[in-house]
Amino acid sequence: MDSVKHLRFDVAVVGAGPAGIAAALAAADSGRTVGLIDDNPAAGGQIWRAAYNSARPPASSTWFGRLQKSAVQIVRGTRVFHAANSELAAESDDSAIQISYGKLILATGARELFLPFPGWTLPNVMGAGGLQALVKSGLDISGKRIVIAGTGPLLLAVAAYARKCGAKVIGICEQTTRPRMARFGLKMMLVPGKAAEAVRFAYDLRGIPHWTDCWPVAAFGNRRVETVRISREGQTSEIECDYLACGFHLIPNVELPRMCGCRLQENLVRVDEYQQTSVPGIFCAGEPTGIGGLDLALVEGEIAGYAATNWGDRAKHLFVKRARFQKVVRILQEAFPLRPELKNLARPDTLVCRCEDVPHERLSEHGGWRAAKLHTRCGMGPCQGRVCGPAAEFLFGWQNDSVRPPLFPVRCSSLAAIPSHSAPRN
Amino acid sequence: MNKPAEAVIVGAGIVGAACALELSTEGLRVLVIDEGFPSAGSTGAAMGHIVVMDDSEAQFAITRYSQILWDDMRDQFPASVEFDPCGTLWVATDEEEMREVRRKFDYYRERGVNAEILDSQQVLNAEPHLRAPLAGGLRVPGDSVVYPPCAAQFLLQKARALGARVIQGQPVAAIGKGIARLADGTVFAAGFIVNAAGQSAPKLSPGINIKPRKGHLVITDRYPNFLHHQVVELGYLKSAHSLTADSVAFNVQPRKTGQILIGSSRQYGAENSAVDQSILSRMLQRAFEYMPDLNLLSAIRVWTGFRPATPDKLPLIGPSPQDPSVLVAAGHEGLGITTSLATAKLICAQILGQRPAIPIQPYLPSRQMTAEAHV
Amino acid sequence: MSESISVRVNGKVVTVRAGATVAVAVLASGATCRASVTGQPRSPLCGMGTCFECRVTINGEPQRRSCQVLCEANMEVEANG
Repeated sequence: MDSVKHLRFDVAVVGAGPAGIAAALAAADSGRTVGLIDDNPAAGGQIWRAAYNSARPPASSTWFGRLQKSAVQIVRGTRVFHAANSELAAESDDSAIQISYGKLILATGARELFLPFPGWTLPNVMGAGGLQALVKSGLDISGKRIVIAGTGPLLLAVAAYARKCGAKVIGICEQTTRPRMARFGLKMMLVPGKAAEAVRFAYDLRGIPHWTDCWPVAAFGNRRVETVRISREGQTSEIECDYLACGFHLIPNVELPRMCGCRLQENLVRVDEYQQTSVPGIFCAGEPTGIGGLDLALVEGEIAGYAATNWGDRAKHLFVKRARFQKVVRILQEAFPLRPELKNLARPDTLVCRCEDVPHERLSEHGGWRAAKLHTRCGMGPCQGRVCGPAAEFLFGWQNDSVRPPLFPVRCSSLAAIPSHSAPRN
Repeated sequence: MNKPAEAVIVGAGIVGAACALELSTEGLRVLVIDEGFPSAGSTGAAMGHIVVMDDSEAQFAITRYSQILWDDMRDQFPASVEFDPCGTLWVATDEEEMREVRRKFDYYRERGVNAEILDSQQVLNAEPHLRAPLAGGLRVPGDSVVYPPCAAQFLLQKARALGARVIQGQPVAAIGKGIARLADGTVFAAGFIVNAAGQSAPKLSPGINIKPRKGHLVITDRYPNFLHHQVVELGYLKSAHSLTADSVAFNVQPRKTGQILIGSSRQYGAENSAVDQSILSRMLQRAFEYMPDLNLLSAIRVWTGFRPATPDKLPLIGPSPQDPSVLVAAGHEGLGITTSLATAKLICAQILGQRPAIPIQPYLPSRQMTAEAHV
Repeated sequence: MSESISVRVNGKVVTVRAGATVAVAVLASGATCRASVTGQPRSPLCGMGTCFECRVTINGEPQRRSCQVLCEANMEVEANG
């Protein structure tokens, strides 16, 4: 039976990616107690995930240095699964944890969008960020042939990283159009710091084919991917590879904000200029308020941290900086819309729900997410619809905006340990 | 142009679906109307335990009759129905509960239901994850488990194949005098209207007494071979059969997927479907007392559902006292899945003027009117 | 860090660099993490603990997300893919 740990912070920050780290540090400036809670073994989130074998990138090392010297208490390996009455219920490998707080900052980040196509469930077909995460966690890809596909700037970052790790990146298949990609490049040049980054990317990616109007049509192999068939400007061709790293940009992790009662619009958390949500005392920063990348996440995090500790002036000083990086949200939206051809990649027998092995043809019999879920079990598996839900929304237009505890699968003992006076806002 | 229906069934949950199939099999033209999608109500939340119960002769009669009907159909079920003849294991923690085991054993035996008394070692052999020491138990091998939404879907599809029509997403505003009127004004005329509208049944047949009894369920990830029977405690005997107090009871079910379904709770007057943490914790703690290893299983989902309950714990199956063309088929509390097939047979017998296979009096809706008249 | 750690995957000793996750050890051993409900071999997809494809049994405890568990010396991993 689990023991139940109780923690209490003036400010609790959920998510130790860039937004969360910035928020925690800003909040800690006030002298209040700050807890930074993350489900991974170490802080950093996705973009700042520490590679097991290398020093941190310089930009992040400053922040991590500050974090280490600060009074922020990092609560690692801890997954929040319930929120109610200014208390979070969480679970680590060895106990249930109740975290009470005065103010809450949600920095839960984003995850990749996966779209089904024949063979997408083969081992070694991973997300683009997924491959990067695994490499940073120790996967050796030196000499391996990798095709990177999908959409969004993450593909470029992953390609550069994979090459640094000794992989042979055969090509990047970007589904957006060539004009959109060009416009993306031009617009990003105007965002502070991005011009230098673009030059670095161009250098890091030299010689790696970058194909627009290009997407995966099918993956083949016996027990793992061996060949990818791609469509490029109307023609198909096949490429042999060891890994297919495929992701279609990012979806905000808004489940916890939703459970907290925060108002959402178009699947993004609504916040005011101080990053406060519709629930007083709950703030949100980073990707859940709009997919806008690292710099935006950092400044939003700082604003939230100051605002949560009533340091309005300091928060205000950052508004201009935020406005500069806010542009990235729109730039990304305009550059990488998903093209309709992607809806037709899945065949009737292509699985949409990987937890329960539900194929497209069984889903298409139903008129909505709830009916499909009940009759096919799609979305009832442990991923709780995090993978198949967004895919079904893209394929069928099905909205799903209900959320129930637990936000993640947890031990039954942890579920029983939630204080009885807790009831979620919705 | 469709010929008009001879029977309109309101509600496409398990009871409505069963009625649709039975009436279609008898050659009637059937129209089923649901306000949402099939099984969106109690059927979608239900555990799916097919169990013979002995709280009263009438309850035994209908559960036994229906269980036999489920067994008779088992070869027809596709895999999605997940029919699993796992049996029920009633567990006893002390001598008082063992007396109840022996009583149940005799009761079932006298009525031809296979049962087996287990001592404290045998009950652990039957379910190794139960905590010792227990006093013993009763195994009823004839009970089974199904996955309710797909069971209802199977029945409905068979009905469709026999000509039944199904309309979804259309709330029914009123029924009576041979008419079912949708909220949008559309009117369907039929000789018989079956009110199988579950929680909404009283709205359509004012005067019937059905109240929601909220329950919670937890489902775990897959742990094949963790559990072999539906395991239920006899401890409910200790708490009074109260009509007002919230209660929990240990009740776990193995799904064919290998997932474990953990229940059960009953609450009165709770009309909102949000998860109630207080009773959820109590329910889980109760389960841990019987099966400590449940503590470590990964819980994927928690949900709530409403059992449509009547004061005397028997369903309403028969003509509405106000309008004999309306047949009520509702109020099945926690035995809706079990008794759906028998309900359909009894409804059909009444429509066709045939002799029902079991006495119908205990389930007639008119009994509620009489009871009220006496109050 | 130049240390390495040895764990056993399906009985076979696998040596990985310290700081590596169990998912990496499984992949390094040539195994796949799990079999899907219809028996397909599956390995990690998201790498961040949300897809659940990386589930394995670690030291007797099933359904653990291996991409979020660091290897520890002498871990016993069963990957049923």
